[in-house]
Amino acid sequence: MDQLLQHGLNALMLGGTYALLGIGLTLIFGIMKVVNFTHGELYAFGAYMMYALVMLTGVNFFVALPLAIALGVLLGAALELLLLRRLRGADIDTTMLVMIGAWIALQAAEQLAWTGVAKSINNPFPAAPLVVGAVSVAWNRVFVLVVALALIGLTYGLINHTKLGRAMRATFQDRETAALMGVQIGTIHTATFALGSGLAAAAGALLGPVFVAYPSMGDLAAAKAFAIVILGGMGSIPGATIGGFILALVEELGAGYISSGYRDAMGFALIIVILLFRPTGLFARKERIG
Amino acid sequence: MKAALTTAWLVVLGTLPLWLDNPYFLHVIIVAGIFIIAAMSLNLLLGYAGQLSLGHVAFFGIGAYASALTSLGFKVTIFPQWVLTVEANPVWLAMLMGMVAAGLCGWFIGRIAFKVRGAYFVIVSISFAEVVRLIAVNWVELTQGPMALNNIPPLALGDLVFWKKPENYWLVLAVAVVAYILVRRLVHSRAGRAMVALAENEPLATSVGIDVTRYLVLATVVSAAMAGAAGALYAHYVRIVDPDVFLFIYTVTMVIMVVTGGKGTLAGPIVGGLIFGLLPEGLRALAFAPETQWIVYGVLMVLVVYFLPQGIVPALRRIRA
Repeated sequence: MDQLLQHGLNALMLGGTYALLGIGLTLIFGIMKVVNFTHGELYAFGAYMMYALVMLTGVNFFVALPLAIALGVLLGAALELLLLRRLRGADIDTTMLVMIGAWIALQAAEQLAWTGVAKSINNPFPAAPLVVGAVSVAWNRVFVLVVALALIGLTYGLINHTKLGRAMRATFQDRETAALMGVQIGTIHTATFALGSGLAAAAGALLGPVFVAYPSMGDLAAAKAFAIVILGGMGSIPGATIGGFILALVEELGAGYISSGYRDAMGFALIIVILLFRPTGLFARKERIG
Repeated sequence: MKAALTTAWLVVLGTLPLWLDNPYFLHVIIVAGIFIIAAMSLNLLLGYAGQLSLGHVAFFGIGAYASALTSLGFKVTIFPQWVLTVEANPVWLAMLMGMVAAGLCGWFIGRIAFKVRGAYFVIVSISFAEVVRLIAVNWVELTQGPMALNNIPPLALGDLVFWKKPENYWLVLAVAVVAYILVRRLVHSRAGRAMVALAENEPLATSVGIDVTRYLVLATVVSAAMAGAAGALYAHYVRIVDPDVFLFIYTVTMVIMVVTGGKGTLAGPIVGGLIFGLLPEGLRALAFAPETQWIVYGVLMVLVVYFLPQGIVPALRRIRA
């Protein structure tokens, strides 16, 4: 029972960042209809920016975090303007191929810039874990969860209570009509991609100091983000939030009770099962497959 | 004219090891040839049936593993009391097993994955390949995991053992020619026309009575078996197989080959395969680091989609017309 409780707690700590990754990807897919293969690279970018700021230039950890996220937003905006702007209206396979090309180039650039050696990032939290009854949790993980929840809250606020958010929702529902009502679709796309990328970078900046930063770290993150989005339904933000926590729980239980070697296979197995039995995801109300 | 050109090409390709006296370069061409066969198989799905399968390397890897294991023999405990033992088999039989195993997986995946389309199908196919890779890493009893399967025997037909590079080159060339003819016959048949119709306009194709699932599954099975054959050739040529054969980057390489050459054309995968099979060596000759090489790959892929969205072969055809 204690063991189960500990697994649940670990999943909770991890689920917040998974949700960030999923929300970013689902926003980009829902609004832009782009399958974003660079998502994992933005995650890696966030982690490497933390490394560059904290370890190489000695910036304070709590200053470096928002800086790393802001740089992720900028990189996302640049990618959208450079690569996707001219492909608007192209079919989904075309944008997918461009995003795969961008992903390969970005990952190789990361490897070139930072070498293949994994980088660890110091964090200012006490090493001794927080012990509550029979379970324990590291302080830095508590911090990760709190920040992730705060960012999820901010994103909800942005989408539901600002003018930009309303324009994004309008574009999601019906791009042509939104354009007719005076929404600048181009700006919305750039903002969406920048926001989604910022969330991925935030996840990387938060988890980088917990684990280590290495060039191919983005691949697994991207795969998990895809699993979360499929779990929650493409384009559904609440779905992605809950999906993030569910995936973390499934992974924890799979690693704890089946075999830790198959931890990362859980997400993929989940994708296959979900798509077989409920292709629209668990939470999406209406969805078109195609 | 066309026949003369084809003959000239075949003569050049058929005699290549006789005048190319550079084992390393021959090795590069053999590996490129194996990937061209894999790219041809992907083209059947991506180009003709219109399904972007990003898990294609799974079939290649399953072919490689199944063939290597059948030729080496293995022992595996399925339930604690039930042990499956397979003795070492002749390599030609093993290669056939590799194709059958890949084809069966293709049938299974085709049956379940074509419930969904577009982005969903892409993600299912990636997930399938990743699950297979993780099984190859973790099922150490069967696959040796990251320790790899070593000392895989080369193909032997009677007294002829395919140890050396020229024999392997001719073997790969022969399989490639057979695969080419097979694809050509298939896409010009009734089934091939049905696939193209599905890719062009699925609702319309269904309305004239084309059984969607049946033809997509058929395309997947043929494509998977062909990729499995490429994997089997690979296993018995390099003679070592580890879980890295399932890396996503190989799928991406095949996709780049098909898209650059021209998807849905017979020559496309060959043109693209030659370019991207030989390009890494060219870049290495220019003293480029492997990372730089991948950056070039990625940028080229973006440029091709922007400027040659149909690929090289259709573009050449337009110039000639």
